[in-house]
Amino acid sequence: MAAPMLRLCCPGRRWALACIDGCSRHRRGAPNGCTSSRKRGQSSVAQQPFITAQKPRKGEHEWAAVVGLEIHAQISSKSKLFSGSQVHFAAPPNSLVSFFDASLPGTLPVLNRRCVEAAVMTGLALNCRINKKSLFDRKHYFYADLPAGYQITQQRLPIAVNGSLVYSFCAGKNRSQVINKTARVKQIQLEQDSGKSLHDDLRSQTLIDLNRAGVGLLEVVLEPDMSCGEEAATAVRELQLILQALGTSQANMAEGQLRVDANISVHHPGEPLGVRTEVKNLNSARFLAKAIDYEIQRQINELENGGEILNETRSFDSKLGCTIPMRDKEGKQDYRFMPEPNLPPLLLYDTESLPAGADPQQVIDIDRIREQLPELPSVTREKLVQQYGMLPEHSFTLLNEVGLLEFFQNVMKETRAEPKKVTSWVLNTLLGFLKQQNLAVSESPVTPSALAELLNLLDRKAISSSAAKQNWKRFR
Amino acid sequence: MQFDQSKCSVLKGFVTIKDGCAHVVPAAAVDLYFCSVSPGPCGGRLSTRTMLGRTLREVSAALKQGHITPTELCQKCLSIIKKTKFLNAYITVSEEVALKQAEESEKRYKKGHSLGDLDGIPIAVKDNFSTSGIETTCASNMLRGKGYVPPYNATVVQKLLDQGALLMGKTNLDEFAMGSGSTDGVFGPVKNPWSYSKQYREKRKQKSHCENEDSNWLITGGSSGGSAAAVSAFTCFAALGSDTGGSTRNPAAHCGLVGLKPSYGLVSRHGLIPLVNSMDVPGILTRCVDDAAIVLGVLAGHDPKDSTTIQDPVKPFVLPSLTDVSKLCIGIPKEYLTPELSSEVRSLWSKAANLFESEGAKVIEVSLPHTSYSIVCYHVLCTSEVASNMARFDGLEYGHRCDIDVSTEAMYAATRREGFNDVVRGRILSGNFFLLKENYENYFVKAQKVRRLIANDFVTVFNSGVDVLLTPTTLSEAVPYTEFIKEDNRTRSAQDDIFTQAANMAGLPAVSVPMALSNQGLPIGLQFIGRAFCDQELLTIARWFEKQVQFPVIQLQELMDDCSSVFENEKLASVSLKQ
Repeated sequence: MAAPMLRLCCPGRRWALACIDGCSRHRRGAPNGCTSSRKRGQSSVAQQPFITAQKPRKGEHEWAAVVGLEIHAQISSKSKLFSGSQVHFAAPPNSLVSFFDASLPGTLPVLNRRCVEAAVMTGLALNCRINKKSLFDRKHYFYADLPAGYQITQQRLPIAVNGSLVYSFCAGKNRSQVINKTARVKQIQLEQDSGKSLHDDLRSQTLIDLNRAGVGLLEVVLEPDMSCGEEAATAVRELQLILQALGTSQANMAEGQLRVDANISVHHPGEPLGVRTEVKNLNSARFLAKAIDYEIQRQINELENGGEILNETRSFDSKLGCTIPMRDKEGKQDYRFMPEPNLPPLLLYDTESLPAGADPQQVIDIDRIREQLPELPSVTREKLVQQYGMLPEHSFTLLNEVGLLEFFQNVMKETRAEPKKVTSWVLNTLLGFLKQQNLAVSESPVTPSALAELLNLLDRKAISSSAAKQNWKRFR
Repeated sequence: MQFDQSKCSVLKGFVTIKDGCAHVVPAAAVDLYFCSVSPGPCGGRLSTRTMLGRTLREVSAALKQGHITPTELCQKCLSIIKKTKFLNAYITVSEEVALKQAEESEKRYKKGHSLGDLDGIPIAVKDNFSTSGIETTCASNMLRGKGYVPPYNATVVQKLLDQGALLMGKTNLDEFAMGSGSTDGVFGPVKNPWSYSKQYREKRKQKSHCENEDSNWLITGGSSGGSAAAVSAFTCFAALGSDTGGSTRNPAAHCGLVGLKPSYGLVSRHGLIPLVNSMDVPGILTRCVDDAAIVLGVLAGHDPKDSTTIQDPVKPFVLPSLTDVSKLCIGIPKEYLTPELSSEVRSLWSKAANLFESEGAKVIEVSLPHTSYSIVCYHVLCTSEVASNMARFDGLEYGHRCDIDVSTEAMYAATRREGFNDVVRGRILSGNFFLLKENYENYFVKAQKVRRLIANDFVTVFNSGVDVLLTPTTLSEAVPYTEFIKEDNRTRSAQDDIFTQAANMAGLPAVSVPMALSNQGLPIGLQFIGRAFCDQELLTIARWFEKQVQFPVIQLQELMDDCSSVFENEKLASVSLKQ
């Protein structure tokens, strides 16, 4: 059984991976809430859902789960994908709406260069082939927060295809073994975000906020190369880190800048893939893993009880911890795709194909963007391991906790203490404390300088280790 | 008429017209009320007493020389608008706006800082162009219901205003520009000013069947019929139409005007409420080719708000004067000789070809083999884009909203049921059918392929050395309304767009130029189709042709007789024209 056991720590925060001791108590649980529907493998599922999903008890059919993801990342840009309105989270409702965003008749889309560059950069970071010619399409459906009645997307010829996302996790008894996995990236497409609908059930009204309407999205489609919630969550976390390193998306799930739809099916190994369901709008890594594992188990249960899986869209109820079919009265939507006639094909160039004398403002050079790629998280981790002799799993934790790497590096700048000692203090003492207090790194009462000073005292043997551990919180 | 459809080739069929229609009206007759077309050897003498009948260029010169002020001009036009209200050319008359603009223009002229040829010139705009602060209806309940007032100007409108033009109002059309008669809008049909012309009336008197004259008025053609009527009836000097399948050229032909459909991508569509984005072009309706060139010169060029406009800078449009056509090659597409073509139009077409040939041009028969698929192909592409473009009219952000609030879906359905007429709803339904997943390949993709073939037909012809194509614009002259509505909108659109829509499919510039009056005393126009972005060359040839044929000016004095003072301008003793 290769699928490793992973632990997601500390509910309520966004760390997908934490390989240090002290938080293993927050073991990822099985889908809970709707557990009454589960009949088989109950006891082991409760502890080790992923293994159970693929390796049931002897004598039973083996089940394998297949998970693919569609990830929508809001592009970090000043203005929207096709209009000049600003992009801001939490601005007053309908304060960032251009005539185009409100779909006033006669308005036309004008492509935002920054969004194209972000897509190319993300494509390059995910080892994609960048299409030098890509096209825009209209996807039609009526919804109150989609003012034009269609979304402009890239259905036929997206900007980037055929890439890969390498994600790793720590496994083994001491969680010291790093396992690399790859999810193929089918494509990355540029598309518009929709507005937001706020349903007021009391007055049976729907309020529409178009601030988000038309914000640029990168839709990253991951092939069904994952097999459990944890793998999916880890892949998403890695993508999140990459996007943040690139600066192409803030990728903050809580603010809806990263949203995930999961396609899930189960089948017997060696047999064709099963009918899949789509679980929509997963907005935290934890819920993502939970929803997928729940859905896998639900499908297995359904099939084992002689039921069938419907090709349907489901949503995850985070309170109940289960997935439920979404209201879809009309049955399957036909999006009636057609080419967007107001946008000519998007042409990109590389150093070779760049037309002589081209206005740099009018063309995008893929090679130039490649040169500007920043260091990716995998490289940063490798450097930490090499530079500080750090254990790989520690490098993961440093990157996964928002702000922790910077904290660590700031401490390192000001202390003569051994890197290993610093690592241990930052990851065990500090992080353990922060988690206990439910604080983010940025909210830490202890500054990097204070910690550095403490470590210096310790290094000079001015204080004892036990005294330091008892009193470290006073250093501010 | 020696035109044997089955055998003869187009070329051999060219014959001179033996009798009947008044193809060339003597200059003297023209002089009676309105001055003749462009200045120059034959039109330079300005003996007329009127100003409104003049071309844009002439009146512009008069403004510069102070023979008339923008306010006087504006007031004259406003009074004619009132006088001709029954034509139903205007949906909204923006009297206050126009007068204010005239006032500002006048100040500029007084300071000697005129903004250019269009400063102080009354113009009209089809009511599917967005006009800031002025209601825009598309002749549909969908927008008219709540009185949709756009918060911005279409780029073409803004460009005209930036040049000091006076916006007289918004002109009538078929609902959302879907039609070829200007008969299918919520404001009712537009009446062709030629119905009331001396030329037409006299011919009718000769035949005198004592029909009820009022019920026998003619359609303008469409869908820019309001704009055509507005220019034709002298309420303004130029008007914007839109042209998706012929909507500018068709009414131009029926109303005796020049109707220009520029190359796709030369003029911005930003602010034009779309019918078919990939074919729509703002059109220009004027009384002569020169005027169309002036307006095109103002409108043409890249617009950062429309990504489909050309990036290259556009040079100012000055039409070189063409005296020698011997180096020209005129193509006559044989497929355009259809059985439905009226014999009169056919004769004039032949005559025009002969004219070019006699002046030394090479006139050859060419083939556009995919022409016959054009109508069907257009139907699929047009309705598909319509289905998509109309999706935004859901009653939420603007426009009509029904009273039903059971559910959002029920609200959408009722709003769209109430807001759109049968024609629009029919096209939405067809378009959605063609775009269904199961039909997309068989209809939409195939139609796109046919469109490419149609476009390639033109490429082949132009690559073979042809400079422009000469074709009819319409099958016949304008027909009475009662006649027109015997067929439904769809049939009519399919029939009437036959010669014009291929240019939209291929994105080519095309212009309809009035050639002569029919036996009934009604205008007949011919169309020139040029190479993509060779609009200037096209207009140069069109102007040469215009000069040769000396199309008569519409004589509306009976209509206007009790306000003859409107047409008089004593100050205009002499206007010198510089070309």
